[in-house]
Amino acid sequence: MRYLTDRKRAIGNGSARQGTDHHWSMTVSSYGLLLLVPLFLCAFAPMLGASYADVTAHFAKPFPAIVTALMIWISMMHFKNGVRAVIEDYVHGFARELWIIIMVALSYAIAATGVFAILKMAL
Amino acid sequence: MADVNRGNRPLSPHLGIYRRQMTMITSILIRITGVALVVSALLVVWWLLAAATSPEYFAFADGVITSFVGDVVMTLSVLGLWYHLLGGLRHLIWDQAVMLEMDKAQMLGWIALIGSVVLTAITIVLV
Repeated sequence: MRYLTDRKRAIGNGSARQGTDHHWSMTVSSYGLLLLVPLFLCAFAPMLGASYADVTAHFAKPFPAIVTALMIWISMMHFKNGVRAVIEDYVHGFARELWIIIMVALSYAIAATGVFAILKMAL
Repeated sequence: MADVNRGNRPLSPHLGIYRRQMTMITSILIRITGVALVVSALLVVWWLLAAATSPEYFAFADGVITSFVGDVVMTLSVLGLWYHLLGGLRHLIWDQAVMLEMDKAQMLGWIALIGSVVLTAITIVLV
């Protein structure tokens, strides 16, 4: 007989210590990125090859700044959770834990750096 | 002697023995593009940080990203981004328990493959 109720298993108190959170986080960030990717390409791509003055002026405007910062943050959180599934498939043992930790750290580092750069230009 | 034939038994079919299928290739490509896009993210964030730092550093980073190699990497990034988006959209559709029939699932795969090329061309022309 099972000692856990169905509800407890769903909210993540089974042996995996997590329920549907991972799938749900990927679903939410996917829908967000569906909207953010086209907006980001419009806000970012024209700036490649532009002059320094144009670039800093561009990312000081609200729309490009907010869209680019959101794109960086949400996409890196999506990457953090997505690459975890890849690592769990191919790497085992302590190496798996190490790789997941490295990728979590990398994701936050990229996200924080990107948002810092945008904030510095915008403010 | 319960297991005399160890090592010489027929194995269950693994990746190497399957005929390449469209749904399989398109799924693997989502993983590859998803992981590869972190390189694009690194480059973009580096470029933004350079722009936020100084004109000299920006000139260096911008020179790297707009060089020939940089252009190739950025173009592949856009292609990978659109492919990952369309392939992911396919999963969001499948999550609603629709379009799961073989022919429709394959059609979605073709849409992702061809659509990503078309959207990349549009992106390059328009921006």
